[in-house]
Amino acid sequence: METPFSSAQPGTAPPPAVPLPNEPPSIVARNVNVWYGDKHAIKNVSIDIYRRQVTAFIGPSGCGKSTFLRVLNRMNDIIEGCRVTGKITLDGDDIYDPRLDVVQLRARVGMVFQKPNPFPKSIYDNVAYGPRIHGLTRSKKELDEIVEKSLRRAALWDEVKDRLDEPGTALSGGQQQRLCIARAIAVSPDVILMDEPCSALDPIATAKIEELMDELRQDYTIIIVTHSMQQAARVSQRTAFFHLGDLVEVGSTEQIFTRPQDRRTQDYITGRFG
Amino acid sequence: MSNQPAKDGIPLRSPQDAAGAAAAAVALPREAVDEAVVANRSASRHTTAEAEKRLRRRYAAQRRFKAYGITAIAIAVGALLWLLITLLANGLSAFQQTYIRLEVTLDPALVDPRGDRSEESIRTGDFGGAIRQALRERFPDVVGRERLRNLFGLLSSGAEFDVRDKVLADPSLIGTKQTFWVLASTDVDMLRKGFFERQPDGGAGGRLNAEQVAWFDQLKAAGDLDLRFNKRFFTNADSREPEMVGILGGVVGSFLTLSVCLVLCFPFGVAAAIYLEEFAPKNWFTDLIEVNINNLAAVPSIIFGLLGLAVFLNFFGMPRSAPLVGGIVLALMSLPTIIIASRAALRAVPPSIREAAYGLGASKMQVVLHHVLPLGLPGMMTGSIIAMAQALGETAPLLMIGMVAFIVGIPKGLTDSATVLPVQIFMWADNPERGFVEKTSAAILVLLAFLLTMNAIAIFLRKKFERRW
Ligand SMILES: Nc1ncnc2c1ncn2[C@@H]1O[C@H](COP(=O)(O)OP(=O)(O)OP(=O)(O)O)[C@@H](O)[C@H]1O
Ligand SMILES: [Mg+2]
Repeated sequence: METPFSSAQPGTAPPPAVPLPNEPPSIVARNVNVWYGDKHAIKNVSIDIYRRQVTAFIGPSGCGKSTFLRVLNRMNDIIEGCRVTGKITLDGDDIYDPRLDVVQLRARVGMVFQKPNPFPKSIYDNVAYGPRIHGLTRSKKELDEIVEKSLRRAALWDEVKDRLDEPGTALSGGQQQRLCIARAIAVSPDVILMDEPCSALDPIATAKIEELMDELRQDYTIIIVTHSMQQAARVSQRTAFFHLGDLVEVGSTEQIFTRPQDRRTQDYITGRFG
Repeated sequence: MSNQPAKDGIPLRSPQDAAGAAAAAVALPREAVDEAVVANRSASRHTTAEAEKRLRRRYAAQRRFKAYGITAIAIAVGALLWLLITLLANGLSAFQQTYIRLEVTLDPALVDPRGDRSEESIRTGDFGGAIRQALRERFPDVVGRERLRNLFGLLSSGAEFDVRDKVLADPSLIGTKQTFWVLASTDVDMLRKGFFERQPDGGAGGRLNAEQVAWFDQLKAAGDLDLRFNKRFFTNADSREPEMVGILGGVVGSFLTLSVCLVLCFPFGVAAAIYLEEFAPKNWFTDLIEVNINNLAAVPSIIFGLLGLAVFLNFFGMPRSAPLVGGIVLALMSLPTIIIASRAALRAVPPSIREAAYGLGASKMQVVLHHVLPLGLPGMMTGSIIAMAQALGETAPLLMIGMVAFIVGIPKGLTDSATVLPVQIFMWADNPERGFVEKTSAAILVLLAFLLTMNAIAIFLRKKFERRW
């Protein structure tokens, strides 16, 4: 069976297999374990995430992709009974160091959640919230610019530019998802974690978000969780395959999709189990 | 194919037409298609006779369930209506009072003893004497102390105040003859309203003798005795005489008490709820606090009254019967209710909203103040107003701290002696005099009106601040 990699974007060459950059990885995770109460959700995962790359997390439902993503900006702190061990550094700073400020960490590591969760405020206030609490702007004009730019990049501007003061919760599911993307990039984080950002989007909006990822990749570190092999192949440079809490395999996207080392990876990407 | 336009202009297509169209499309005779459709229908496991029976049973169960609900609501509404109708039947007459029209000569010697028309002088004037004089003139053939006392018994002891107030407002009336409607006694009032039965001996209700009833009839026939709007009921405080009582004292007392209660328990309750729900660590100690708050909410209210008596009155020496102490006691009683309602309101805020805010790098304080609190506030306010409505109707704890005293003045401050509406109702209900029955019902109507207003405010606030997510 054909791998999605070769079937992606017929007629265009697949993205060049980016050699590992020489610079050190942005995020380094070593022997990370996560428990929800007694449930061992992430088992001894070690991975390097590089700057100016899109890293895709793939794997069957319930394998721990979201969990691992949330570990990276300590969103698991607010889940009761969740325990994390191991060492994770972001640009050399240990993010589980008790002295580290989580507020600052989450400003550096932004997140788009699996389920769209706009605030029950206006569209404008949704996007402006992050810049406001972090004091990123000095004038209303500057804030207006950030809001417009973020909405444009999230491919939502044209649809909402005339009703910025309407509630964000009144948008459609896919629009809400793009609003959440706009809200996350308005803070200009260093790392953006996206948990299935296109799961509710039509092909056109999906293409726009993928374009956005490609553009953001120039400056930021991006991690995306996706169930679409095609999408992983299209947008990512590196891919990590999770299975039942284990990190089975990580490597350049081309290698994972064309020469998987592990039998489980091979079965998954060819659709033999899910 | 005939498309028949329906009355509202939408073309209607009969089922036969549709079947015909299908038949035409596959070039089969219509009967064959119909049979095929029917055969297909019975082929589905969801259209067999047994399945249809099951479906009917499901609908029957649903109808039964609805019938139970409607019955329950009908019973509740019926009971409520019954209560309201009884109250209205008993209480509406209290909003009118019987007055007697008299031609009163405002003799300066009586009503202005110092003769300088000053306020102090008029206040010491004998208006009662003037009115009695007028009544004697109305019935000139009445002589003898006994009969005169009976005649004056038609008037209320409060009759003179109305006249005095009119003269105070316009001293130039002194020396002239004026027509006044003066307050009749409660017995006359009861007879006028038909609550006293006439006896064979000519008396009425066991309180009026035959001659008094005759005077009554004479006055009434002349149009000099009639029901007029009872303004006193809304401007007076308590009194020994049922025709003179008013609820203003109770209303003001309730208002002062509830103000103290609200000021104390809303901020503390909301702050406690926010801390417990958002900031407190989850351990055995906070569990213990939670259990005890729930227990406190179930403690009988009279216990809080005993606590107020022992601690605030006896230990701290605070004044008895004061709205201040009443408010504190009611606040203690309402606090657990408000905390529980507020925590429920906070817990109802979806976790995804918190996650979104945390994910953007909001601090805990910002998450609570910017997102959780605005979303939880309508619920908190509703809970608090309902707790206040409960406190408004509370009697037992206030009895313990002496708010049951007979107080004729309207309280002017938090430490004045006062009573509250429900206690006022309790005291009037306790009074054996016939005239208090209608006043009790009327006071209950007023209390219900306040409760309804508060609940309406709660609904309004919820609607106004509620936000969808
Ligand atoms: N809050 C939680 N409490 C307890 N267990 C959890 C919690 N969140 C996730 N889990 C468990 O951890 C495991 C991994 O969940 P996770 O959400 O990371 O899966 P996923 O790979 O993101 O799946 P999907 O592709 O369906 O989103 C699952 O077995 C899930 O049941
Ligand atoms: Mg997930």
